[in-house]
Amino acid sequence: MLYDILRSKVIIAYTLFLFLITFSLFQLEADPGKAMLSVLNIVLIVVPLVSMVFSTIHYFNSYEFIELMLSQPVSRDKVIISEYAGTALSLSAAYLVGVGVPVCLYNFNATGISVILGGCILSIIFCSLAFLASVKSRDKARGIGAALLLWFYFALIYDGLILIILFTFSDYPLEKLTLVLSSLNPVDLARIFIMLNMDVSALMGYTGATYKDFFGSGTGTIYTFAVMLLWIIVPLLLATRSFRRKDL
Amino acid sequence: MIKIEHLNKRFKKLHALADVSADIPGGSVVSLIGPNGSGKTTLIKCILGMVRADSGNIYFDNKLVHKDFKYRNRIGYMPQIGRYPDNMKIGQVLEMIKNVRGISEQELDNDLYEAFDIESIKDKSMRSLSGGTRQKVSATLAFMFDPDVFILDEPTAGLDPVASEILKDKITKEKRRGKLILLSSHILSDLEELTTDIMYLNEGRLQFFEPISTIRDITGEKRLSKAIAKLMQHGFSKDEMNSTSTHQTRIVS
Repeated sequence: MLYDILRSKVIIAYTLFLFLITFSLFQLEADPGKAMLSVLNIVLIVVPLVSMVFSTIHYFNSYEFIELMLSQPVSRDKVIISEYAGTALSLSAAYLVGVGVPVCLYNFNATGISVILGGCILSIIFCSLAFLASVKSRDKARGIGAALLLWFYFALIYDGLILIILFTFSDYPLEKLTLVLSSLNPVDLARIFIMLNMDVSALMGYTGATYKDFFGSGTGTIYTFAVMLLWIIVPLLLATRSFRRKDL
Repeated sequence: MIKIEHLNKRFKKLHALADVSADIPGGSVVSLIGPNGSGKTTLIKCILGMVRADSGNIYFDNKLVHKDFKYRNRIGYMPQIGRYPDNMKIGQVLEMIKNVRGISEQELDNDLYEAFDIESIKDKSMRSLSGGTRQKVSATLAFMFDPDVFILDEPTAGLDPVASEILKDKITKEKRRGKLILLSSHILSDLEELTTDIMYLNEGRLQFFEPISTIRDITGEKRLSKAIAKLMQHGFSKDEMNSTSTHQTRIVS
């Protein structure tokens, strides 16, 4: 039950924006490998932000729709899940077209595929997080505030915290710890996943070797996917649970 | 048909519903009245499962309402303020609800659709509608699927006299067919002719739930609004009522 086809304008603008950025990066850089690195950096910052803000705004804009549906014989789970599916689908579709098409044209290899896949999963993860934030908050302003805070945390603050931890405890063996810590941040996880397919892991210095050992291996890839899947499912489950008890 | 047991709901400090219990039988027309903010809409939303009560149970045909959502198939709900997706057209909203309910065209009750002439405005977007037109759409939706129970939250508020009459006629018609109708209103005179029972809420408490005849007997007033006003002032107790009225007669004489 997907009735939400009606918010195409923003999604189209977002697609165009991604497309233009990626396309021009490939035009500017002679070496597609270097261009991919720039694309990656943009993907890691912009995709979570747009996913978060768009999902939150969309949730609150379709509040009337949700209200209307709930006065009809439709279960709450179905309403929230179809809202979510609609948003997550359109966001990842926008990403696939916006970044996927130019990447496929200029740099179709393991790196390219991992960028496409990673960004796609990131879109869905942050859509989940945004739904959790919006279901938990009472009005639009709080919802967007919470979404932005989460984004700040995952995209900027978290890295700082990790650096502090690494500096403070640099006398101890930290390899295992950093593995765990990076699982706690989907942006980090995506970055590592893509970087390792990029053969620039030497750039990651200090713990690069550990990462390469672990994430580069088959189990590592499976582990990364499993953790990312958890990042999609857990917030979504929490959101549905609190939506069941929500007053409208 | 609808049974409410010890329902409690708090919104932070506000005790919106305080231990409300009632058994509403099928075939009656119940007027839910009370001052603004007395919990009428909250009670209605609890019955619809849109607001979750803190404690207490609501049964619809002996089934707990928060366990199941299918009972809403049998309810037509008209909200106080109809809120619809802004970017949809009236026709689209109607189609969508028809889809959700999964009822074939032949079974639809198009009385209000025709009476309000929704056909001619079905391409208007929800955003552009006036409050009254919205109410017409809400009413059309509530009555369209021929449900067993109608829950109408301030149905005539915002409607022009003509539309209001049309709606009243429709409610009367459904009443004759033995449907349960739960109306909330703060203007009584409007729906006086229709009502069979009165439920009076004040500050979240159910003050009384009695048939109209009983209320007329107790207060000795012919006009319902006066009778209710009297009850509001004196509380619901037969003896007290009689003593105050004799007292008043004495002063007058």
